[in-house]
Amino acid sequence: MASLPVSTTINSDDVEYLCHADESLLDVLRDRLGLMGAKEGCGTGDCGACSVIMDGRVVCSCLVLGAEAEGRNIETIEGMADGNTLHPLQQKFIEHAALQCGICTPGFLMAAKALLDTNPDPSEEEIRFWLAGNLCRCTGYDKIVRAVADAAIVMREERA
Amino acid sequence: MSVARPLPHDAAPLHVTGAARYVDDIPTPAGTLHLAFGTSAVAAGRILSMDLDAVRHAPGVVAVLTHADLPRDCDVSPAAHDEPLLADGVVHYVGQAVFLVIAESHLAARHAARLGRVEIEAGTPILTIDEALEAGSHFEGGPITWSRGDTEAALAGAPRRISGVMEIGGQEHFYLEGQAALAFPQEGGDMVVHSSSQHPTEIQHKVAHALGIPMHGVRVEVRRMGGGFGGKESQGNALAVACAVAARLTGRACKMRYDRDDDMVITGKRHDFRIAYDVGFDDEGQILGIEFTQYARCGWSQDLSLPVADRAMLHSDNAYRIPAMRIASHRLKTNTQSATAFRGFGGPQGMLGIERVMDHLAHETGLDGAEIRRRNFYAEAEAETKVGTGPGHGHKFGAAHSPKARYSERENITHYGMEVTDFILGGLTDQLLASSDYAVRRAAVEDWNAHNSILKRGIAYAPVKFGISFTLTHLNQAGALVHVYQDGSIHLNHGGTEMGQGLFQKVAQVAASRFGVDPALVRITATDTGKVPNTSATAASSGSDLNGMAAKAACDTIRDRMAECLAELHQARVEEVVFANGEVRIGTTTLPFAEAVQLCYFNRVSLSATGFYKTPDISWNRVAGRGRPFFYFAYGAAVTEVVIDTLTGENRILRADIVHDAGASLNPALDIGQVEGAYVQGAGWLTTEELVWDDAGRLRTHAPSTYKIPACSDRPDIFNVALWDGPNRAETIYRSKAVGEPPLMLGISAFLALSDACAACGSGYPDLDAPATPERVLAAVTRARQA
Ligand code: FES
Ligand code: FES
Repeated sequence: MASLPVSTTINSDDVEYLCHADESLLDVLRDRLGLMGAKEGCGTGDCGACSVIMDGRVVCSCLVLGAEAEGRNIETIEGMADGNTLHPLQQKFIEHAALQCGICTPGFLMAAKALLDTNPDPSEEEIRFWLAGNLCRCTGYDKIVRAVADAAIVMREERA
Repeated sequence: MSVARPLPHDAAPLHVTGAARYVDDIPTPAGTLHLAFGTSAVAAGRILSMDLDAVRHAPGVVAVLTHADLPRDCDVSPAAHDEPLLADGVVHYVGQAVFLVIAESHLAARHAARLGRVEIEAGTPILTIDEALEAGSHFEGGPITWSRGDTEAALAGAPRRISGVMEIGGQEHFYLEGQAALAFPQEGGDMVVHSSSQHPTEIQHKVAHALGIPMHGVRVEVRRMGGGFGGKESQGNALAVACAVAARLTGRACKMRYDRDDDMVITGKRHDFRIAYDVGFDDEGQILGIEFTQYARCGWSQDLSLPVADRAMLHSDNAYRIPAMRIASHRLKTNTQSATAFRGFGGPQGMLGIERVMDHLAHETGLDGAEIRRRNFYAEAEAETKVGTGPGHGHKFGAAHSPKARYSERENITHYGMEVTDFILGGLTDQLLASSDYAVRRAAVEDWNAHNSILKRGIAYAPVKFGISFTLTHLNQAGALVHVYQDGSIHLNHGGTEMGQGLFQKVAQVAASRFGVDPALVRITATDTGKVPNTSATAASSGSDLNGMAAKAACDTIRDRMAECLAELHQARVEEVVFANGEVRIGTTTLPFAEAVQLCYFNRVSLSATGFYKTPDISWNRVAGRGRPFFYFAYGAAVTEVVIDTLTGENRILRADIVHDAGASLNPALDIGQVEGAYVQGAGWLTTEELVWDDAGRLRTHAPSTYKIPACSDRPDIFNVALWDGPNRAETIYRSKAVGEPPLMLGISAFLALSDACAACGSGYPDLDAPATPERVLAAVTRARQA
């Protein structure tokens, strides 16, 4: 199969790669670029483990073609911390013990970041329904919701 | 001391940055091959022919193997030697591996696997419990029966009697990381395998057997799993063996991971059950005798079904003292996935059986559900006055100081003959009913129901008493390996595996406490059969009980050696050497821990040790159903409130309150996390998670689009979780209790609350089956109304 050249931006870096026309962005990230943070939980857009942010919107990277990243701005979990300084969401996930096996965590963080980037003061209801596309089999979600709500407070304070 | 502190999971910083590696994230050398199974589309039959030419010629395919191509039978079963890696001429379920594709990429392997033409002479599959009973398709030849007391007489003489039947659905594990394995061929025919497995030793054993080499030729490493829940106790064997066989054949690294749909179609799930009951009781709601018949659908191979079905029998009393009980357990062989371990391991099904009886009894007598349960409780253990808080020596809470039952005229003995000496549900229930405001809320629910005809509410209390230990006694052992390096850093390894439960962190906290140092000095490394051999599966909630004790033993050995050396050097007595606060005090001298270590090194002290632990005082005769299978019991209780829509059957959990007993918790943050997750998983099992097979035996719910695990939006609006404040009476590691499985059964209260809401619709008993999907809730509402 012919390969397509793609130029895109990933975590603020210009990136170029070749991929097949039928290759998902998730496979490109993992297999071609070595960015292993996004996980395949289902491959069908139902679990959110593969969540990344594309042009400010959270997407399931298993449902996006690698070729569709052309000219876009992609954010992945690998770019969330600022060097050694964790993003408030990352910090709060640790503090609130909002993870167990951790395989859903990158996806939740991406989805939560997309939420807080557009809605800095979400209600608990909004958090819960926003994150309903991300499955976690371990935590029962309570600590995740609390961590996101708490991170929102920190981020608002940082902005103020 | 670092035990009892709510420290975060040891890998949390890796998880939040996406840097934590799971099997599929491990860097592989160029030329790594990928595997996929071609599977049977037929539930039962004989393979007449296989045309795999299209598979062999598909792009990227390197080799295709059938049973005939394997070096030997390559059995992948955990015990009974009844699961050939690839079907040996007969197929037993839809999804059974028939041939193995080895290809250049994961997708190439999967695409090619779809191209096989397997001609099968279809037989008549046995799919349901009824079909299995009709065909006499049992494991162990027929039902297993245990009995205690004269059940027949108790039933015949009872003033009142009820009976019923309940269907209990299975459950897909839905670990978010699918099954995965990766094999690297080594020199001399050896093999290194990375596996997402709760049981590295079994993987080692199975791979060695498949390759025809001794176990010392195989090293298995497990750093972490993305969830296990029992689903990775035996179900990873096939992938690991396939990878090892393919790696041997090709000389290249081989990786296999199941895509989600394949995972759900191929692997076993929680056993579905039917439980029939016949109960005799008096006007006070006191149970006098019960006859249970349990039917477990085990699937095509034995797997772990026998101990699972045993544990269902063992939990048929839950928290209740039942003078006479007889249980017949049918372990039915069917042409479906081989049902396997799942958090609770049969316990949840057995417990739901007796809780269903309690629910029915409350309805029949008009007594409150919490009240009728309390009337039937085992006698409460005496308030503990002298229970120690030390690290524990692993002795049972001995008979000499066994608490006397408060009601000494009542025998406090289970139906399998074990005395219950640590019962705390009376006190725990008092605390929960008060903290959840149960009485007031029950009245409010009744008031709501009197004034609302469409939306009905329900509230229910349910207790949990769960036995801790493997029922196969020899599995209750563990080993650990500890090295202290010259710079004072500590390397810790043990046989337990990390699947998110925080086991590594807990055991690291134990080790840090023994040396009196910061847990950050302790590095727990991947579980490795080359470091600690002959381990048991991380299962039966036993991880921290067993491995914590083994690690403690290893640390203490090194500590004692250090103390002896340091005492001699400083002319102090050994008892005067104290390890605390990152320092070692020797009489009047104080050294930083690292300096003390270095001093010992210069004085040629061995700073490496193994530790071993075996649970004392347990014995079990599974044929007779008699003995002391458990070291102790873990307790908990929950109150759940729900609302149902009587027009659609839709329902929501409004509030859940939990008090759970983790003994003196090693890490309250991790333990509360376990309780919350387990409750939600248990509630999911009994509400939204429905497995559907069609008439041909095909699983139709094989992806998250059709199989509904709880999502963030399903979490209860109000969710209060507290740990019971009390040490374990048995001498476990720092008097903690196992916490992996027991809280799953707290989810039963959600199911009972739904039953309560249905019962509010009429005077009949709703007879709700599990999972309580909207359809079943609607049917139950109808039944309640029709009576
Ligand atoms: S892997 Fe993309 S949503 Fe599940
Ligand atoms: S922490 Fe395991 S799936 Fe979320």
